[in-house]
Amino acid sequence: MRNVDLVIIGGGPAGMCAAVSAYNAGVENILILERDSHLGGILQQCIHNGFGLHRYKEELTGPEYAFRCEAELRKLPVEVQCNTMVTDISPEKMITAMSSERGIEKIGAKAIILAMGCRERSKGALNIPGTRPSGIFSAGTAQKYVNMMGYMPGKNVVILGSGDIGLIMARRMTLEGARVHAVCEVMPYSGGLARNIQQCLNDFDIPLYLSHTVTEIHGEHRIEGVTISEVDEKMKPIQGTERFIECDTLLLSVGLIPENELSRSAGLNLDSVTKGCFVDQNRETEIEGVFACGNVLHVHDLADFVSEEGEIAGESAALYIRNELKKSMHVPVVTDGKIRYSVPQIVTDNTKNIRLYYRAGAVFSDVKVNVLADGVVVNSVKKKKLVPGEMQYIELKANSVSENTAEIKVCIDKE
Amino acid sequence: MKKNLTCIVCPLGCLLEVEQEGNEVVSVEGNGCKRGRDYAVTECTNPQRVITTTVRTQDGYIIPVKTDKAIPKSMIFECMRDINSLCPDGQNGYTVGDILCRNILGTDANVVVCADVRKV
Repeated sequence: MRNVDLVIIGGGPAGMCAAVSAYNAGVENILILERDSHLGGILQQCIHNGFGLHRYKEELTGPEYAFRCEAELRKLPVEVQCNTMVTDISPEKMITAMSSERGIEKIGAKAIILAMGCRERSKGALNIPGTRPSGIFSAGTAQKYVNMMGYMPGKNVVILGSGDIGLIMARRMTLEGARVHAVCEVMPYSGGLARNIQQCLNDFDIPLYLSHTVTEIHGEHRIEGVTISEVDEKMKPIQGTERFIECDTLLLSVGLIPENELSRSAGLNLDSVTKGCFVDQNRETEIEGVFACGNVLHVHDLADFVSEEGEIAGESAALYIRNELKKSMHVPVVTDGKIRYSVPQIVTDNTKNIRLYYRAGAVFSDVKVNVLADGVVVNSVKKKKLVPGEMQYIELKANSVSENTAEIKVCIDKE
Repeated sequence: MKKNLTCIVCPLGCLLEVEQEGNEVVSVEGNGCKRGRDYAVTECTNPQRVITTTVRTQDGYIIPVKTDKAIPKSMIFECMRDINSLCPDGQNGYTVGDILCRNILGTDANVVVCADVRKV
């Protein structure tokens, strides 16, 4: 067994930026455990651009963004151990990891940062009637095939779900010569960014069918087509609207889920909405000295915000190790349902401004987003448009709440 | 003539309302920053896009590449064809920023490498 001050699980943008900020805040003994053979996480297969506009003030591709994060990290004496899978974390911060090089090892940590990212939801597939032929991929798997292995999964494509990965793959497959016949979205709005609807679908005349879903898969060995149907407001398929589309490939882009098996093994509870841990403004979980950041905490749209959250967690871990993490209260942050969730879910200190990140549960226009402390408005921001696909934040200004505050609420008011 | 566009410069995706007289843009509204205005003007007169794709090297590596400038939208597929015919043989691997093709199709854009590839 060995002992390390700070162990970071996951070497994507969250983990790398957490390591850099923890080191700069004074932690010298840092270990990153990464299960892949290289750092960068999912950025390596996201070859499209649009990364880094906030952080680096220029438009980078995913691999370039990862390259910058890694370059900052490699300047520092932070130990990186790739090809290593963490299998367990105990509440006492004992980590079990394994690799073919080192076998099974136990690592004791003063502090742990969870930065495991997220994975694709596959559940949507199970609810589709019909056969189970080959040719059905999650959008991210197809992305890995095309962008990292140079292999095209098919030529005639239908995409279910209009999350950003699905939109990006619609363009990518089109550029490489495939025909994308339809993108079906069960909701009446897209889950992806508006710019991706424009540059990935509209640019190539790819139709987006809102309030539509795949109701049957056809084909014995290879998929031969899908039936798509319009759905009503309860998302039930409407009889008589069925339409057959011939295809040899179906991509599923039906959402991402934080990958929290390890958090659960440590005994942490998960938020039923974010599917991530409950954290305070330092990104500290319910276990002292265990922090979480990036997509493992809540699914982000932008790597820039993932990096920023990694930095918060890294700095907080450094303060924790020095026993300087301030906690003067325990005020829960709740939402009104129109706002689906906010992170952090707990405020334990308010001597500084705190950004409350939130996501709307539906499309809203011309609204005010308010932060209430026990019913009193402490901050309010006008929003022209709120959509579930775009994470937003509102500040809880310093000293807005005290240890006597029972509840902070983020909610929507019509103008 | 009035036209609605979604700005693609950044993830905010501002909704732009553009007024055009013939080929000239006379007003842009809804843009959150100056880049949005520039985008609206180019989009209405000579729409351009950066291409991001991959290249297969002679020894079988798949490396991410992009055009270092936006190219005319109408040339996207022609440009893809040319990029796909590149077959570099970087003896010592590849570094971010390496130029694989200069001035592709006379667009003034270079095709550059987006990741470090170390041969093993």
